[in-house]
Amino acid sequence: MIEQSVLEEVLGVAMRTGGEFAEVFAEDRRNASAVLDDGRVEELTSGRDRGAGIRVVVGDTTGFAHTADLTEAGLIAAAEAAAAAARGGGGGTNVVALDRRSASRGYDIETYPGDVPKARKVELLGRANDAARAVGGAISQVSVSYGDNRRHILVANSDGLFVEDDTVRTFFAVSCVATGDAGMQTGRESVGHTIGFEMFDMYDVDQLARNAADRALTKLAARPAPSGQMPVVIGSGGGGVLFHEACGHGLEADLVAKGASVFRGRVGQQVASKGVTVVDDGTMEREWGNIAVDDEGNPAQRNVLIEDGVLTDYMWDHLRARKEGRRSSGNGRRQSYQNLPMVRMTNTYLLTGEEDPESIIASTPKGVYVKHLGGGQVNTATGDFVFGMTEAYLIEDGKITEPLREGNLIGNGPEVLQRIDALGNDFAMGPPGTCGKDGQGVPVGDGVPTLRVSSLTIGGTAA
Amino acid sequence: MSDELLAIADRVVAMAKPGEQIEAVVVRGTETEIRVFGGDVESLSSAQSQGVGIRIVVDGRQGFAYAGSLDESAIAETLADARDNVSFATFDEFAGLAEPDGVVIPVLDLHRDAMVSFATADKIALAIELERVVMAADPRISGIESAEYADSISEAAIASSAGIRTTGSETSCFLATYAMATEGDETQTGFGFSVGREPSDLTPSAAAIEAAERATRMLGAVQPPSGRLTVVLDPWVTAQFLGILGYTLDGESVLKGRSLFADRLGESVGSSLLTLIDDPTDVRSFTATDADGEGLAARRNVLIENGVLQKFVHNAYSARRAGTVSTGNAVRGFKSTPSVGCLSVSLVPGISEPAALIAGIDDGVLVQEVSGLHSGVNPVSGDFSTGAEGLRIRNGELAEPVREFTIASTMQKMLRDIQAVGSDLQFLPMNATGVSLVVADLAVSGS
Repeated sequence: MIEQSVLEEVLGVAMRTGGEFAEVFAEDRRNASAVLDDGRVEELTSGRDRGAGIRVVVGDTTGFAHTADLTEAGLIAAAEAAAAAARGGGGGTNVVALDRRSASRGYDIETYPGDVPKARKVELLGRANDAARAVGGAISQVSVSYGDNRRHILVANSDGLFVEDDTVRTFFAVSCVATGDAGMQTGRESVGHTIGFEMFDMYDVDQLARNAADRALTKLAARPAPSGQMPVVIGSGGGGVLFHEACGHGLEADLVAKGASVFRGRVGQQVASKGVTVVDDGTMEREWGNIAVDDEGNPAQRNVLIEDGVLTDYMWDHLRARKEGRRSSGNGRRQSYQNLPMVRMTNTYLLTGEEDPESIIASTPKGVYVKHLGGGQVNTATGDFVFGMTEAYLIEDGKITEPLREGNLIGNGPEVLQRIDALGNDFAMGPPGTCGKDGQGVPVGDGVPTLRVSSLTIGGTAA
Repeated sequence: MSDELLAIADRVVAMAKPGEQIEAVVVRGTETEIRVFGGDVESLSSAQSQGVGIRIVVDGRQGFAYAGSLDESAIAETLADARDNVSFATFDEFAGLAEPDGVVIPVLDLHRDAMVSFATADKIALAIELERVVMAADPRISGIESAEYADSISEAAIASSAGIRTTGSETSCFLATYAMATEGDETQTGFGFSVGREPSDLTPSAAAIEAAERATRMLGAVQPPSGRLTVVLDPWVTAQFLGILGYTLDGESVLKGRSLFADRLGESVGSSLLTLIDDPTDVRSFTATDADGEGLAARRNVLIENGVLQKFVHNAYSARRAGTVSTGNAVRGFKSTPSVGCLSVSLVPGISEPAALIAGIDDGVLVQEVSGLHSGVNPVSGDFSTGAEGLRIRNGELAEPVREFTIASTMQKMLRDIQAVGSDLQFLPMNATGVSLVVADLAVSGS
């Protein structure tokens, strides 16, 4: 994307005013999407974003500038702006020699979506729409979306690192509205992987559509969720976002360093029930949060965060790791070349347990079974977090009974981790997610086996 | 400056082939974001960005493409992509661009030269002052999660073969901080902000003191028992609720059977105290604009008046399909085709100060922050459930802090349960304006 000699020149300029670290992050990203809604393919959208972000670090200050102009002149102008922003006082010449490395993700993309005729993508939308509507007359609206993107990145920094990577992601989602006597309800199914169009060899689009429709229909008969505390069983693959919110964000080293995490100073301590092992793993092949290198050029890693209930480590980006004199854990990510990187999760999951999932439900006299969680949110400083239940049922006398309407559940991370009292042997990854932090969204994955939390507060309306 | 953008848009439109309708949106912006920590700059980002979005309609089929660049070659590639995308869309008799509707674009004071000429060092000083006042506000303040200054200078031009030609330029800036208060092992957080069109509009001390107060007053918070209570939503929370309510009044949701108010025009949908307007021409609003995303004049629309549903908002497409006219509510960036949405939604304020509202409540809770609106509120079904924190209200006075609870109802019921609207309009860095709102009979779920 950019010549090595140009990068070396630009990094030299960035360091000229006393910078201690400088980095060029360049990105060339192509997006394609298609939406079918209300029975019509509304449009196909194609987009291209190309540019570079340059940062210069002096002491605790980072200067950052970005540009869509990838010529040598454009990059040098951005480097000068970043250096000025970092207010470096020193002078002199800096010579940067880059050592080119290769990035590897251990598998190949079989079919680049850019090589697939648009008509084939549109055909998938129509098939899903027909399949969802065929489920029944109560299905009153269907929206289907397809998306793919190919993101080529280049990272070069003043430590001599020089690496490029090419990432392909493919996404498909179906959303249905069902209308009944008591109003409307919604159901959704989405899949996304860090692979190409071969994703559609893994999934039957018709089945995805039927799943979304069934979820909406099921909720037509739903009763208001209870309010108050009770045991909650979370279904396999449906609820990794629980750990993303309950502990994931609180284990990000930038928040820890600011004292904005309840997990600060707790490495080595028992922070979760025995048997609970939480991993963040950017190397997980084909998953939505897969990366070969992070957006600072460091290789993706499998990082154990909590092992058998004991907090083992936080997640690190370049800046925080450098300050602590250790290595980055490969968690420095950014939304695009227009953003500074920060500590972010990749694929976050709980290792599988040994219990039969059916027996977990059977041993719960009264509670809530959440088959699919929605998004969530956490205040890392207090540990309080919420997550939504998009498909949930009441458990009565050890059996799953009536469906429940949507709502949030609320808990406190450190307390909830200690209340996990059953882990199933049926681990599965969940649907693709977008994690938002400081206004930047990045693709993340999550996964859990069936598990039970002995007590959580259910945010319903029923007494 | 915007003339240059309009010239680019004009050039794209001039490339229309016979039978093609073309619309080009061209934008350019400069943004600065400064984060401070420990009395020094933690990061300073300054950036110029630009982009073009091209929409083409041929015989009832629409295609779109965008590029984050204004290079001639990027524009040519984008135009070709948009053209290619047209053939894959389903025929839609209502597809088409916005037509000039004769409504004069209002002249609004949205661009301030003082913002453009404000020095970076002075921006840094504002952010450092913000952090300093937070830290000095109370001995229990243990730190800041963030303290930032941000500004934006943006210009846009829209031209189309249907005869639209508009340009606009806006400046805005804000200060925002999250403060942390600590006592023993317990930490609580609170935020404060200040918004304006130029730096002299900003008041760092007010933002800092608000953040410190919100954090310190939560210390010692406990989980409240479950029950049904009258809730006072503070302006920040009300604004977030209004943002979701706006979605249910968007003409496209109505047409596509996703609005719970679809068949209710002219009917009472809420308390008679409820008058909801969408007014992007109010320059006090952070998202004020003179024109919508299709270049039609922005305008004041009354959506609900004294509880009676009056109007849905529309862009050109949804209006044509609904057999009405655009209300000037096309929403878009350069990376997407226009959708429909409220631009700056607000309640008409009442006459009571927040203290007077609280004085009238025997047993209730003041909610100062909510979480999980995206996961617990469904604007299609109306189900409403969010995490919350705030202060109990006992015998007309604020009492102990409470946290780790949810408030739940349905949006339909909440509108009917509105007991009072405060007088304290607050302009926020979002597309909705805040005001204190009293809602009866919410389910509080706690211990």
